[in-house]
Amino acid sequence: MSEFGRRHHDMGGLGAGPVEAGNEHDYAYWEKKIDAVRRLLADEKRNLFTVDEMRRGIEELGAKAYDEMSYYERWAASTTNILIEKGILTIDELGRRMEEVEARLKADAEGS
Amino acid sequence: MEAKYYVGDAVNVRRAFPPGHVRTPYFIRGQKGVIHEVVGTYSNPEELAYGRDGKPALMLYRVQFRQSDVWPDYEGSNADTALVDLYENWLEPGEGAV
Repeated sequence: MSEFGRRHHDMGGLGAGPVEAGNEHDYAYWEKKIDAVRRLLADEKRNLFTVDEMRRGIEELGAKAYDEMSYYERWAASTTNILIEKGILTIDELGRRMEEVEARLKADAEGS
Repeated sequence: MEAKYYVGDAVNVRRAFPPGHVRTPYFIRGQKGVIHEVVGTYSNPEELAYGRDGKPALMLYRVQFRQSDVWPDYEGSNADTALVDLYENWLEPGEGAV
């Protein structure tokens, strides 16, 4: 490794090409929901996790996942992993809920 | 909490590469700078990141660096500077003014 100790996410100063101007976009509804969920989990009333934990979780996603996921996909993945670690969500309930949502989306798509 | 450094003090950023969640960017480690602002006291993010309480809190500083020091191939003005927020545990006393 040419740069000993640099972690994958710590990209300051690495070549990244020109800045794309005019690339701003509105946030999708699901992205706003991810932001809202994180804020609610971290608020003074619930205090279930900190933004620092979320950042740590993002840094631990692995280089391939980090590069391939969008910004809010990384938030969602990290938040989910931390909630599982803390026992706030179980893998089983999450898996079952994901099945339900997938089935609902499929039914909606077929019905429309 | 009392600040160890004050505006104008020369500091060096520790050249350390521990694993784990660290808020000191790679590119600034080992660089010399000057305290630009004493920002205040914050819970330690290196502890908060693992679900602990972040105590004792750390003093946070806004430190000014010369761009031409930070980037060996910097083509801009020699007067250009960069400001980086750094926690006290990453700073050591520097020598003289930069």
